[in-house]
Amino acid sequence: MAAKAEPISLRPQSGARVKPDSLWRMALRRYRRHRMAMLGFFMLIGIMLYVVVGSFIFTENYANFNDTTQRLRPPSAAHPFGTDSIGRDVLARTIYGGQISLIIGVLAMLVSITMGTLIGALAGYFGGLLDAVLMRITEAIVSIPLILILLLMAKVLGGRLADIELFGRTFSGSVIVIVTIVGITSWTTLARIVRASFLSLKEMEFVTAARALGVPNWRIIAGHILPNTIAPIMVAATLGVAGAILQEAYISFFGLGVQAPTASWGNMLNGANQYLQSAPWLWFYPGLLLVFTVMSINFVGDGLRDALDPRGDKKL
Amino acid sequence: MTKYIMRRLLQAIPLLLVISLILFWLLQQVSDPLATMGGRVPPRPEDRQRLARQLGLDQPIHMQYIYWLIGNDWTLVDRDGDGTPETPGERRGVLRGDFGESIMVRGKPALDVIMEKLPNTLLLMFTAEIVIIILSLAIGVYSALNQYSLLDNVFTAFSFITFSMPIFWLALMLLYIFSVNLRNMGSPIYFPSIGMYDVVAGPTLQQVAWHMVLPVMTIALISIAGYSRYIRSVMLEVLSSDYIRTARAKGISQNRVLYVHALKNASLPLVTLIGLDLPLLLGGAVVTERIFGWPGMGSTYITHLDRSDFPVLMAILMMISAAVVVFQLLTDIVYTWLDPRIRYS
Repeated sequence: MAAKAEPISLRPQSGARVKPDSLWRMALRRYRRHRMAMLGFFMLIGIMLYVVVGSFIFTENYANFNDTTQRLRPPSAAHPFGTDSIGRDVLARTIYGGQISLIIGVLAMLVSITMGTLIGALAGYFGGLLDAVLMRITEAIVSIPLILILLLMAKVLGGRLADIELFGRTFSGSVIVIVTIVGITSWTTLARIVRASFLSLKEMEFVTAARALGVPNWRIIAGHILPNTIAPIMVAATLGVAGAILQEAYISFFGLGVQAPTASWGNMLNGANQYLQSAPWLWFYPGLLLVFTVMSINFVGDGLRDALDPRGDKKL
Repeated sequence: MTKYIMRRLLQAIPLLLVISLILFWLLQQVSDPLATMGGRVPPRPEDRQRLARQLGLDQPIHMQYIYWLIGNDWTLVDRDGDGTPETPGERRGVLRGDFGESIMVRGKPALDVIMEKLPNTLLLMFTAEIVIIILSLAIGVYSALNQYSLLDNVFTAFSFITFSMPIFWLALMLLYIFSVNLRNMGSPIYFPSIGMYDVVAGPTLQQVAWHMVLPVMTIALISIAGYSRYIRSVMLEVLSSDYIRTARAKGISQNRVLYVHALKNASLPLVTLIGLDLPLLLGGAVVTERIFGWPGMGSTYITHLDRSDFPVLMAILMMISAAVVVFQLLTDIVYTWLDPRIRYS
C-alpha cells in the first residue's frame, strides 16, 4: 500500500523553527551523492568485516601456527590462499595482518595529524622566529626522500621495544616503532596547510575580537581558529591512513618493519620475491588486499575533500 | 631576478645544514658499524677501541660532525690512544668535497662508492622520466579531448589502482607476468628479471636496454597515474579558456589550437611536477632497484644501511637532499622563464 504523499509546502510549519542545514549535514549529503566515495566507503566496510569476522573464524594461534610438513602448499580447500614458507595459513595471516596494518594506519595517522596540526598552528599563529625554525625543519624533512629516511629510522629504532600484551594478545613492539616513524615523518604536508589557514584566519575580526576580550592564546588557537581548519585536517587524516599503510608495507618489505610472528600485510610480502615463481600466492593475496584497502581509503578521502569543500572544482 | 636567486641560494645553506644535522644525529644512532668488523667473531674490546680511534668514532658527536663538515686537517688527532693528539688529521670535510671513507669497503672514499653507481641510477631514472612524460602527455591529452569516453574511464580506473599500489607489488606482478609466465609459456621473448646485463653477454647496449624494460615500466606506471590525471585536468581547464576560443574563432586549425596553443600552456605545470619528482626518483628507486637487482644508488643505500656504513649513507642522503633543494630552485627559475606572467621579487 502506497503511503499518501504529503502535500508539498514551501512555507515552514507554523511554530517550527527553520533550521538551516549544518555544514556536516550538507557535507554528508554531498558525500552520499559522490559515487566513488560511496564505493570506497563500502569497500572499506568490506575490508573491516574481513579482518574482524575473519578473526572469529580463525584464532591468532592458528594464524601463527607453522606446520613444516605443509610448506608452500598452493591454494586448496584446507588453505584457500595456500601456505607460506614455514607452513602457516596465508588466509588466516592476511586477516590478522590486515588488523595490524589497519591499526598501524590509524595510529600513525593520529600521530602525524597531532604533530602536523600542532606545528602548523604554532608556526602560523605565533609567526616570527618560531615559524622560521619550524618551517625550516619541515622543509628539511620534505627534502629527504621519505623511503630512505623511513628505512634509516626503522633501522635505528628497530628491536628496541619489547612486545606488548594488550587484550590478551601479544603485539610485536615493532608495531609501535612503525607507528612512531611513519607518524613523525608524514606530518609535513598538513603542517603547511594548517599554517597557511592560520596565517589568514588569525587576521580575521573574530580573532581580533577574541583577543580584545582577553581570551588566552591557546583558547584562540584551539577553540576559535582550529574549528575553521577542520576540513583539510579531516581529509589529510583519511588520506594519511592510506599513506601510513603503504609506508608500513615498504618498511616491512625490507624486513625492517613489523617482526614475525606478528603478521602485517607488509611483512607477509617480505622475501616474497624469492618465491616469485614458485609460490605466487604468498605475495599475491596480501598485496591485493593492501591495494584494495589503500584504494578504498583514497576514494573516501577524495570524496571527503569534495564534500567538505563546496567551492572545490575537483571533479572526476 | 638575480636578487631572488641569490636570496634563495642563501636560504638553501641553512636548510642543508639543518638537514645534515638531523641526518648526522640519526645516523649516529644506527647500530654499531664496528660490531661486524671482525667477521663472525665479535671484535675484542681493545680492537674496538683501536678501530674506533682510527675511524674517529671515539670523538663526541659534535666533534664528529665538525670533522665531517670541515675536516680535521687543521688539528691533531690521537691515533695511538695515549691521550695526547699527535697526528695531523687527513680529512678535508664535506665542504671541500671529502665525504670521508667508507667503513664497509675500507679505505675507499664514500664519494667513489657512490659515483660508481650513480650513472646506473641516472640511466634508469632519465629513461623512466622520458617514458613518464611521453605517455602521461599522450594519455592526459587523449583523456581531456575524449572526456568520459570508454578509454578515458579505463585510464581513470587504471590510475586509481596504480596510485594505491606499493611499487614493489607492481614490480612483483610485472616480473610474474613478463618474466616468469612468458618464459613458462614457451615464449621466445621474455624479459630478464634481475641485474643490468647478462654476465655472459657483457654490458652491451642491447643487454642493458633489455634488462631495463621492467624496472622502467615499474617506475613509469606508478608515476603516470598521477601525471596523466594532472595533465588531463589542466588541459580541460585550458581548453575552456578564452584564448582558445579566440584562436578557434580566428580559424586556426583544430590541431594547431590543440597542440600548439593549448598543450603549450597545459604542459607548464608539468615542469614543476618533474622538477620536484626527479631528485626524489634518485632515492625513490630504492625499491625498484632492490627488486630488479639494479646496481644503482638505491641498492647501494640498502647494502650499506645493513652494515651501518654511515659515511656512505650520509653522502647518499646529502647528495639527494641537495639535489632536491637545487631542483626546487631551478624549477622556480625555469617556470618564470616559461611563464612571463610570474614575477618573483
